Amino acid sequence: MGLLSDPVRRRALARLVLRLNAPLCVLSYVAGIAWFLALVFPPLTQRTYMSENAMGSTMVEEQFAGGDRARAFARDFAAHRKKSGALPVAWLERTMRSVGLEVYTQSFSRKLPFPDETHERYMVSGTNVYGILRAPRAASTESLVLTVPCGSDSTNSQAVGLLLALAAHFRGQIYWAKDIVFLVTEHDLLGTEAWLEAYHDVNVTGMQSSPLQGRAGAIQAAVALELSSDVVTSLDVAVEGLNGQLPNLDLLNLFQTFCQKGGLLCTLQGKLQPEDWTSLDGPLQGLQTLLLMVLRQASGRPHGSHGLFLRYRVEALTLRGINSFRQYKYDLVAVGKALEGMFRKLNHLLERLHQSFFLYLLPGLSRFVSIGLYMPAVGFLLLVLGLKALELWMQLHEAGMGLEEPGGAPGPSVPLPPSQAMGLALYVLPVLGQHVATQHFPVAEAEAVVLTLLAIYAAGLALPHNTHRPLSYRVVSTQAPDRGWMALKLVALIYLALQLGCIALTNFSLGFLLATTMVPTAALAKPHGPRTLYAALLVLTSPAATLLGSLFLWRELQEAPLSLAEGWQLFLAALAQGVLEHHTYGALLFPLLSLGLYPCWLLFWNVLFWK
Amino acid sequence: MAAAMPLALLVLLLLGPGGWCLAEPPRDSLREELVITPLPSGDVAATFQFRTRWDSELQREGVSHYRLFPKALGQLISKYSLRELHLSFTQGFWRTRYWGPPFLQAPSVWINLGRSSVMSSQGSSAPLSTSSTPPTQSLPLPPSNPWVWPMTLTTTFCAMLCCRGRWSAPKTSPPGRSSCPVVPRASLISFHLLQAGLSVLLKADRLFHTSYHSQAVHIRPVCRNARCTSISWELRQTLSVVFDAFITGQGKKDWSLFRMFSRTLTEPCPLASESRVYVDITTYNQDNETLEVHPPPTTTYQDVILGTRKTYAIYDLLDTAMINNSRNLNIQLKWKRPPENEAPPVPFLHAQRYVSGYGLQKGELSTLLYNTHPYRAFPVLLLDTVPWYLRLYVHTLTITSKGKENKPSYIHYQPAQDRLQPHLLEMLIQLPANSVTKVSIQFERALLKWTEYTPDPNHGFYVSPSVLSALVPSMVAAKPVDWEESPLFNSLFPVSDGSNYFVRLYTEPLLVNLPTPDFSMPYNVICLTCTVVAVCYGSFYNLLTRTFHIEEPRTGGLAKRLANLIRRARGVPPL
Repeated sequence: MGLLSDPVRRRALARLVLRLNAPLCVLSYVAGIAWFLALVFPPLTQRTYMSENAMGSTMVEEQFAGGDRARAFARDFAAHRKKSGALPVAWLERTMRSVGLEVYTQSFSRKLPFPDETHERYMVSGTNVYGILRAPRAASTESLVLTVPCGSDSTNSQAVGLLLALAAHFRGQIYWAKDIVFLVTEHDLLGTEAWLEAYHDVNVTGMQSSPLQGRAGAIQAAVALELSSDVVTSLDVAVEGLNGQLPNLDLLNLFQTFCQKGGLLCTLQGKLQPEDWTSLDGPLQGLQTLLLMVLRQASGRPHGSHGLFLRYRVEALTLRGINSFRQYKYDLVAVGKALEGMFRKLNHLLERLHQSFFLYLLPGLSRFVSIGLYMPAVGFLLLVLGLKALELWMQLHEAGMGLEEPGGAPGPSVPLPPSQAMGLALYVLPVLGQHVATQHFPVAEAEAVVLTLLAIYAAGLALPHNTHRPLSYRVVSTQAPDRGWMALKLVALIYLALQLGCIALTNFSLGFLLATTMVPTAALAKPHGPRTLYAALLVLTSPAATLLGSLFLWRELQEAPLSLAEGWQLFLAALAQGVLEHHTYGALLFPLLSLGLYPCWLLFWNVLFWK
Repeated sequence: MAAAMPLALLVLLLLGPGGWCLAEPPRDSLREELVITPLPSGDVAATFQFRTRWDSELQREGVSHYRLFPKALGQLISKYSLRELHLSFTQGFWRTRYWGPPFLQAPSVWINLGRSSVMSSQGSSAPLSTSSTPPTQSLPLPPSNPWVWPMTLTTTFCAMLCCRGRWSAPKTSPPGRSSCPVVPRASLISFHLLQAGLSVLLKADRLFHTSYHSQAVHIRPVCRNARCTSISWELRQTLSVVFDAFITGQGKKDWSLFRMFSRTLTEPCPLASESRVYVDITTYNQDNETLEVHPPPTTTYQDVILGTRKTYAIYDLLDTAMINNSRNLNIQLKWKRPPENEAPPVPFLHAQRYVSGYGLQKGELSTLLYNTHPYRAFPVLLLDTVPWYLRLYVHTLTITSKGKENKPSYIHYQPAQDRLQPHLLEMLIQLPANSVTKVSIQFERALLKWTEYTPDPNHGFYVSPSVLSALVPSMVAAKPVDWEESPLFNSLFPVSDGSNYFVRLYTEPLLVNLPTPDFSMPYNVICLTCTVVAVCYGSFYNLLTRTFHIEEPRTGGLAKRLANLIRRARGVPPL
């Protein structure tokens, strides 16, 4: 306090901030990046541990032995599916009833805002089938869900087989305290979304569906299963959900416990977990996994149907069976036993999973970084914006002493509304104007949406020429020619810092990724000096370019590098998917970028081309 | 596994301390019966009923000698001038849609204590029969202290009963009644058992492997004659269980006493004046050849139960030939042609209840009422008791059937008082034929005081089931029956007139999550950090917004001040 209230010291401090601003900014930025890279080293990453008492030890004896049954179910299912060309609803109903479940179906339909070219669907209608195992002497107040999403192709039939075999096994047991819902959805995530919305009787995304006939109380946890072969070499687990939400860490710990118990090979982001964290190799490998997780979480898409459960506060994860060229393979019994163990443990739960972390990063399956340790990284990055804003504020303050102009300073506020309008156009026009576009140009709807997006995005770059014309008549101040852009940049810096801060709180990965790219150029942007260099840098760090860069980094980390043309195709597909996921599942990345960050970035572009 | 099973059993306080063989003409009697009913879904329901009747005016005479009637209950009656008592403990939930209308109307709630879940609930429900309640001298009832009741019952039945807030009575019930419709999560601890007659079959490890388990005690006075000049006390103890055909029968629907109870009947109860087993052998498709019972019954009994004509095979244990033939009686039922594997017939009235919405701020309670009768509409009385911590928005109450608004013909709402009494919402709704009626009301979740949370706040809070009472049109007309002569189980199905039958249903209890603080270290850390930030904020803000001017240090302290004093006195501006 004394430091700031003493004017002499205060002036010295101000001088320090002004003089050492550039080195401080560089230092802070480097510290942020270094902190992030250091997250994979042992003092910062910790071993995972089970916090929930009810799931503490693994004293569960798995008895599942229905491997043959599962394969038979899978064969039948695949055959019926091939014959009917869609989900064999009648067969599923019959089979579920024969293993003793209460069976219900739900039909749903959804017209997508524009055709989805990746999944080849537009007008979607389908049927979900689910069977409920009623726990004896319980009143259906709590339940667990095992779900298998079935897409349009004939994958995942082994998962359906295993689901049915597990249902048959579970039905014969008397120890269940929670109902278990066995859910098979059509059109993978769309079906899951329809079922979840109907279960909670809400309509978030404009899905039309028939009401559910049977319910089973509050869902405590869910496991989604994807299996496409009779044998697996490893199980991959996906935790990232819609908008970067994560399930409670205990659910992942539970999975890992049973992997260890059954000797299953488990991977995270397709990567095996390093054994040795003391040498350099382990952490480096962990860094790869960590970066993959950051990229996935930042994308905000649900990576598996578990991602949609998280909105309803149902802890969920997806297990994927991987069949690669490894020697040692596991059959369905091993996978079934792991699932049986998990369900029996979840059955013990007395409360919802809440003991462990909800916000974490994973450099490996048995290592995690807690929120308290990773937040400083993004804090350092945002400090750069703060320092820069402070410098500008002081400069403005000094320049503005006694120079109050009669015309006011309209400068900084002028580019704000057009930028926001640009963002709004970017958000609304592509989907609204797709039909107009298809009439006038020889493109399909999906292409039209993507191209309109890019066109509006690029059109925003021309904004400074238009917004500054009225400005040039009015600004007559010659004493402080820099005042206008400085004020604008100050506003833009604070705006960006606030946005990134809020994003980092809810989705750290997205916030960190955007901060890493946008912060340095935002700090650099000014209408003097090598403008073309600044412009090139600014374009390279715009949100769209970040997305493109992330795609390349993503494939590089997965050891499947992209060529430029492939990257561009993937980029276009990602844009379309981003818009679609916003409309079908309520993903927030698209509105966030178009309504928040893009206008903010345009402000910096305006600063750069200030006249 | 078996070791973990709670040995909770029916409160059979039957055996008096001896003296029953005295020559004095018995003024009390015991009748027992077992009704076995195959349910539409293929499961098997078994209902035990033990009725003790005592021709004694407990409240007037100073009775000290008890024979068959349990002394503990008798003293309860005389001490508190009890008129009626209905208490039921239920584990599980009667699935009306699959099992048909319930035989014993009991709500159900459960509590999960790890694997060995012990659960129970309490329903102090309206009198089931229409027999007149005789006038008794009225002492203030309920006791002025609302806790006396739960406490007394707790000690008598060794069960934990606790009611949150005040016991409230619905407006449609007679005045002066103390009733707590449901106590979610009460724990039942202990029990007594007599091993003779039908109670041989009450084997704990079998009864607790069932899908549904409900035991109840009903005490009421009954008239000894038509003019009701004197009364007798009746104690009915019932136990109904539903055996899961899928688990016990390995998928087959055949059953036998041994398979269900792992016991057979070996002897009648020496104390009982009537001891019978009834088996429902009604066939659903008019074809007599679908099932057979072994041993073949000596007599059958036909009656209209819950609106449909039923046929029962009767096995009288007091008939010496019945048991003497083979020293034991193992009733078996075989399906000649396996019943087709289709969805079971749906009862005329069933209901479903759930919480909709997500997030921890708001939600909606929805109740779906199904009337599957093809052409008749009937009214339903819906009673909802919602705890105060769900703040109901009554203006959002909507009732729709077939897409149109359905206006209830009667509605009574008693708002909740925080920490004192729950919301009470009661309405009479006409259900159109063949329709689904949705009753929904929105609520906001209240933030409790931090000491009010249960030890397991993240489990959620229970909302008791809503109670539906309805006169459902029957398929066949029933004739009025003489209660004394007909089988005991008839008293479970009160008939008002021939064309209707009365049904009381309970919906599922609900589990609602309230906004819960994280009672752990991070919570404390957040509280502390926020406090520090709040303290610092003011001074920081002050510093940042204030401009500072440097004041020249004063010189010539005392002399100058003196000079200034003089100047002020002279009216000249100071130095």
